[in-house]
Amino acid sequence: MMEEIFQLLKEKFPEAIVEIPEEAKDPTVVIRKEQIREVSLFLRDEVGFNYLSFMAGVDLPERFEVVYYLYSMGREPISSNLGPLAIKVYVEDKTNPSLPTVSDIWPSAFQQEQEIYDFFGIVFEGHPDLRRIFMWEGFPGWPLRKDFENRTFTFKELEPTRPKAPYW
Amino acid sequence: MAEEIIVPPELRRNILITTVDKLYNWARRSSLWPLTFGLACCAIEMIAASASRYDIARFGAEVFRASPRQADLMIVAGTVTHKMAPQVLRLYHQMPEPKYVIAMGSCAISGGIFNSYAVLQGVDEIIPVDVYVPGCPPRPEALLDALIKLQKKIDRQSILTVPWYRREKA
Amino acid sequence: MAVALKTQEIVLNMGPQHPSTHGVFRMVLTLEGETIVDLKPVYGYLHRGIEKLSEGRSYLQAVPITDRLDYMCAMTNEFAYAVAVEKLAGIKPPERAEYIRVIMAEFTRILNHMMAIGFLFNDLGAYFTPVLYAFRAREHILDLFEWASGSRMMPNYIRPGGVAGDLPEGFIPQAKKLVAHLWKFADELDTFLSENEIFLQRARGVGVLPPEVAIAYGVTGPVLRASGVKYDVRRAEPYSVYDRFDFEIPTLPNGDVYDRYMLRLLEWKQSLRILEQALDQIPDGPVSEKVPRRLRPPKGEVYGRIEAPKGELGFYLVSDGSDKPYRFKIRPTSFVNLGVLREITIGHKVADVVIILGSIDITMGEVDR
Repeated sequence: MMEEIFQLLKEKFPEAIVEIPEEAKDPTVVIRKEQIREVSLFLRDEVGFNYLSFMAGVDLPERFEVVYYLYSMGREPISSNLGPLAIKVYVEDKTNPSLPTVSDIWPSAFQQEQEIYDFFGIVFEGHPDLRRIFMWEGFPGWPLRKDFENRTFTFKELEPTRPKAPYW
Repeated sequence: MAEEIIVPPELRRNILITTVDKLYNWARRSSLWPLTFGLACCAIEMIAASASRYDIARFGAEVFRASPRQADLMIVAGTVTHKMAPQVLRLYHQMPEPKYVIAMGSCAISGGIFNSYAVLQGVDEIIPVDVYVPGCPPRPEALLDALIKLQKKIDRQSILTVPWYRREKA
Repeated sequence: MAVALKTQEIVLNMGPQHPSTHGVFRMVLTLEGETIVDLKPVYGYLHRGIEKLSEGRSYLQAVPITDRLDYMCAMTNEFAYAVAVEKLAGIKPPERAEYIRVIMAEFTRILNHMMAIGFLFNDLGAYFTPVLYAFRAREHILDLFEWASGSRMMPNYIRPGGVAGDLPEGFIPQAKKLVAHLWKFADELDTFLSENEIFLQRARGVGVLPPEVAIAYGVTGPVLRASGVKYDVRRAEPYSVYDRFDFEIPTLPNGDVYDRYMLRLLEWKQSLRILEQALDQIPDGPVSEKVPRRLRPPKGEVYGRIEAPKGELGFYLVSDGSDKPYRFKIRPTSFVNLGVLREITIGHKVADVVIILGSIDITMGEVDR
């Protein structure tokens, strides 16, 4: 099943695929970041992956990675739904990382992209409302990057960084 | 020389001699109304303490008010994060005197298991706390024990020295 | 002569401290009269930095932290984490451990659905009486958890490799008695609540979620199945020993608040069916594989998921060969389910927002992590 999908992808978008890692435990394909939107539309409409489970950001020493996990939902019987397909996108630029958004293709990506922006600082171009949702604008640093050391703050230290009301 | 006032035996069922302090404190401590301020996991144990097995209504604290203007006990149950800390301070200032605070659970006492960038390490950085209840989460019986200790603390206060009846600014 | 009314929109803040927001959740509502025009959710009031904390702790030390994610159902969080770590490291737990995990997970599912129904009725205005009924039965289930693991709420019991210790003597007959009691309690709640006139008028047709919108927004769990889509991780990607039990996946067609309540009641009864079969079939044997304290899985990434009571809960783990996870990402059920809140409340009144939020059944510990 996954072999056919990889074949379809290789025929349709030969220049978008960077590599297909063999030893990965879930079927994975790495796509170039400029063509993530076309590949996503193809996978959603032609192949039938209509459920984006989550998006995760990973901070490796040489690059950022953003991982998308896709499934299908709604087929009868339930076990005939298409299994996990992991799409990875490498973001090489670590000073100004950015990536096109998929929040209009899969609306569940709207909140997940806000979360990745809050934790890593990766900007999603074309996102309608990109803001920090867990911490506030003005919090010093991007928490889940590896160069942000995990320390505790006191109330007085964070006092000057808070935004003035009203804020959300 | 203080004389002891003797009540004649036929009136002993109708007349009671006590001090103003004792009466005032008894009325206040038997009807402490908590504010519904459950933040995280300890809130579920607080609700379990007010459910039917560990009844908190026996101690007078059954009416949980949602508005801080009508409550006089704030049970900080759960983790106080940096984003929530100004709101905790604001709610504390909105409560009228006399008010008391119980810090329930390890997260409210000292940040608990979460020594991370987003958690306030102890709610006593911002508000004064009367009773600390350790545990993660503390059993409902531990919360009832804390309430009894607070009631004993209220019994020791005197109307001559309480801060809300002073003339000078506290 | 008709006079056109001049109206103005107001912005109302249902702030973090509110009796019916199920934790510290803040919504900024834009109202026109009583009708909602826009809703902006504000998260982060319980953000504790769990993902960053777990990167500094070993795989076994992260089990108590996963307990505190969805704090009402602690056993299923640990189950999801154990499934993910076992997939990464290639461990297979023994049979008895799998059956014990299924028993604990199904009791947790019943506990969660009881509390969800109780709190939904608390939001509707039946102040606290259904909650007290639910908490009375919850105490019986928590007695069983405390007997097996030592703690009521945060048991730290299901670990990668098996479970922490064997069940005590007399656990299984006591559990069977509790299952019989819970059948009667489910029927009792059904009699009280399902045909209630006030509930029907307030909940029928409110907060309707169409199935295509639900799939597009990634909603899972009882909210999805009440909209008519039949999807359950226990059938889609079977884990543990769920393929040996005989149970159904109920769905309901309408997708409003009433259907979500009814579906939770139906799932409760299916969980009782699974429990009866598991308590009969449980074999003897060891309860844990020999897993080293400092587990060093091979390099790689994996995503392990289960069907938690609120939906699909999963952990995405990246390992670099050392004894601490490199990236510990949680796929939170309630966070993704809350993305659909704005779609289904536009056009309703303020009083309906409260019950729609109650019917989605969130826990802020999972939304904010």
